[in-house]
Amino acid sequence: MAASQDRSLGRSGGIVAGESTAPATFTGNRALQLEEPLIFEMGQPGRCGVDLPEPPKVKDRLNGLRRTGDVGLPGLSEPQVVQHYTRLSQKNYAIDMGVYPLGSCTMKHNPRINEKVARLPGIGDLHPLQPVSTVQGALELIDALAHWLKTLTGMPAVAMSPAAGAHGEMCGMMAIAAALDAKGERAQRRIVLAPESAHGTNPATAAALGFTVKPIPANDHGRVDLAALKAALGPDVAAIMLTNPNTCGLFESEIVEISAAVHAAGAYFYCDGANFNAIVGRVRPGDLGVDCMHINLHKTFSTPHGGGGPGAGPVVLSQALAPYAPYPWIVKDANGWTVAEDGARVDGQPLGRLKAFHGQMGMFTRALAYIMSHGADGLKQVAEDAVLSANYVMAALKDVMTPAFEGPCMHEALFDDGFLKDTGVSTLDFAKAMIDEGYHPMTMYFPLVVHGAMLIEPTESQAKEDLDRFIGALRSLAEKAKSGTAAEDFKAAPRYAPRRRLDETLAARKPVLRWRPSNSLKQAAE
Amino acid sequence: MRYLPLTESDRREMLAKIGARSVDELFRDVPQSARLGAKVAGLPDHLGELEVERAFQAYAAKNVSPSAAPFFIGAGAYRHHVPSTVDYMIQRGEFLTSYTPYQPEITQGTLQYLFEFQTQIALLTAMEVANASMYDGSTGAAEAVLMANRITRREKALISGGLHPQYRRVIETTARWEGFHAVAHKPDVDGREELISAIDKETSCVVVQNPGFFGHVRDFSKLAEACHAAGALLIVVVTEVVSLGLIKPPGEIGADIVVCEGQSIGNGLGFGGPYVGLFATREKYVRQMPGRLCGETVDADGKRGFVLTLSTREQHIRREKATSNICTNAGLCALAFTVHLTLLGEAGFRRLAELNHAKAAQLADKLAAVPGVQLLNDSFFNEFTVRLPKLAAPVVEALAGRRILAGLPASRLIADDPSVANLLLLAATEMSTDHGMDALVAGLKEVL
Repeated sequence: MAASQDRSLGRSGGIVAGESTAPATFTGNRALQLEEPLIFEMGQPGRCGVDLPEPPKVKDRLNGLRRTGDVGLPGLSEPQVVQHYTRLSQKNYAIDMGVYPLGSCTMKHNPRINEKVARLPGIGDLHPLQPVSTVQGALELIDALAHWLKTLTGMPAVAMSPAAGAHGEMCGMMAIAAALDAKGERAQRRIVLAPESAHGTNPATAAALGFTVKPIPANDHGRVDLAALKAALGPDVAAIMLTNPNTCGLFESEIVEISAAVHAAGAYFYCDGANFNAIVGRVRPGDLGVDCMHINLHKTFSTPHGGGGPGAGPVVLSQALAPYAPYPWIVKDANGWTVAEDGARVDGQPLGRLKAFHGQMGMFTRALAYIMSHGADGLKQVAEDAVLSANYVMAALKDVMTPAFEGPCMHEALFDDGFLKDTGVSTLDFAKAMIDEGYHPMTMYFPLVVHGAMLIEPTESQAKEDLDRFIGALRSLAEKAKSGTAAEDFKAAPRYAPRRRLDETLAARKPVLRWRPSNSLKQAAE
Repeated sequence: MRYLPLTESDRREMLAKIGARSVDELFRDVPQSARLGAKVAGLPDHLGELEVERAFQAYAAKNVSPSAAPFFIGAGAYRHHVPSTVDYMIQRGEFLTSYTPYQPEITQGTLQYLFEFQTQIALLTAMEVANASMYDGSTGAAEAVLMANRITRREKALISGGLHPQYRRVIETTARWEGFHAVAHKPDVDGREELISAIDKETSCVVVQNPGFFGHVRDFSKLAEACHAAGALLIVVVTEVVSLGLIKPPGEIGADIVVCEGQSIGNGLGFGGPYVGLFATREKYVRQMPGRLCGETVDADGKRGFVLTLSTREQHIRREKATSNICTNAGLCALAFTVHLTLLGEAGFRRLAELNHAKAAQLADKLAAVPGVQLLNDSFFNEFTVRLPKLAAPVVEALAGRRILAGLPASRLIADDPSVANLLLLAATEMSTDHGMDALVAGLKEVL
């Protein structure tokens, strides 16, 4: 922090790109920032981080296929392993450290009680294929979460097995394809409509299922152009995939008209539930005419993002789509809880199976703990505080940055790069300068419909004082950018992070995707 | 509410700054008909941490923990010892509560372990490159088939009867809705299935599992040659990744794509998920791979660093032309995997595999001596199949009643084939004790 204070005390603009501010150290370390080699550069034969007993002598049953030669794994002792990963961890930003305003990602507080209950003996250590008589509590737990999800969304059914949001999209769109199949309309309805602002997963999912994706334009207010949508609807349209609140952080105010028009045309309404945090406990998607919606448990319900997963993407389904839900699901009968698995005789026409076993149980446990901790009262407050915080950030920055649209936002505030015009500072530069100020940048250049987009989602987890400090940092950066003399300074950011800007072009042009004794770029340079 | 920092006075001040009279005003774009005035009906209010913990203890008390019973279930998920260091490391907030490393300058921790993870996977499988993980083995297998279809521009996948039945279902489901042919062979109970004659000019790939679902260890090198002669790819699935410490790796028998379930290393059973899919291939196919890839580069000061790379394959750049719709993967499970494997190292990994094989051999010998029990396997790693003189499912149920978790009746996953109704799959690992094995043998003698 001392370094960044120096900067704010009048050195801005005086630093030349490519130059560091502090003299080099002998070790390459900088106090708590420790340079760390790869495990493959640390290992020694004869070291090991586990003590396993001598295996009993038995006759080998390997059909003559014994592995010969070394695997090539390095040998490290336990303290070396602890130090290695602890040092690596200190090169990461995390929610536990502060504001993590990544729009569309809902980086909220991850309570530790969730971790504790997920690891309880009798929950965390169960085998998925134990006799169902020995996992009655686990099945009841899944059903309890399912009940919450159905009630909060106002939908009659939920498929629990999808492993993440994109997997949930696949599940929902397969259910739509199955419903069309049942009506004999799948061959004719080949088009899926999606707004230009959609997450990339939406068109990727629709295309994977053989649909042709047709973009629908937004109006001047950042919402779906209803007239254009109606014009696009017809007997060849299978579904619309719509995020609501949308990726501009706005509620689709004509959502009821949209779903009515979609249904009148014989198509289905897939809602991308990535932004459910804005409305949880306050609006039920079932009341909006949604046919299916995935819920990212790792967003709205706080299961940790873990550096890119695991997630969980249960999909709530309307009456029209419920018969096509995939295996497995939980059933209660006279003998207690059981699992309907492939081949089980059931009503409906299950679309198949999306994943081995029963879904992301570890995420179910954490999400249920979060939900029970909040209750119906607390979840409503979550949505209200998330929306309030985003609007507060918007209101506090609108005179120095440029909001993309007028009016209140939902849980995220979208700015364009208008305020950076002619400053020589880009959205990317602005984001990288935030890193030096101790913040993870917002989502940048998404949604694609806004020039140089900056999407800020503070979530409900930040205290007002912390939001004020964050706002203060952004205001200072915006004013500095607009001074017109600081472009070089922005382009050199970040200076104080564990690494400065990385050469992504080089990484893509000459991919080095694994360590080899001879191919390390570093060694090649030496 | 302990998780919500805003006070009533904060909220008033914030509303004043916004210029709104109430929070409800901020929801004005929501149609009035859909705006709930009160909280959602029919759901309880918030609970303190103590009450939440008690509720989960009550759920747990209705289950039988594998730690409380002799335990021999495998079939795609294996009970191994996870060193304390692993769980400690993945709970560090800097790993646990970080997002996908889109800002590499402040996520080098995640990126470096992913680079090390990719290298470890390549070494284990003896393949050239690996990605930064898939959801799990089953979804990874379906993605592998899609990848093979893209590479060969063909649309027929041959599915071995040795493949885990649920993996087969996931591939069949993908085939049905994404539009290709998945031709599944009948369950390969005796490990002698012949697939070469089924390969033709339309075949994009053959999907096999080693060791197979019923436990047999097979040499697929002739199959690999036949695939390549016909312009098809060989996909090898490994559901028990510890086996790679003892069995010749897929890369050495000619596999083109290798998919593993990585749960066995670092990740608990967790009632089926989250797990971690390992995905490896040859360098020449890297641009057809699904999922995230981490690559090495340098920063503006010339220091080594890591970034997500080749993202022009991915949905957030490529949208409808992406190789897969995958976004979130299994980052933290990959961390658990890589920390555990780093602790094991060469010597520990090899010994763990030896230990598993030896335990399974002991169990097999003990069971083969039980009257009426027939061991089906000449070869296995840590899992094998026995034929019982009666239906396996009620036997397993009866043993569960005696607090013995005996194994998986094949009929649970293969409901439509009566020929497997007497088959029981059993796994042994380093967790298996002599006492537990003896309890199983005694229990079996009673219920048979």
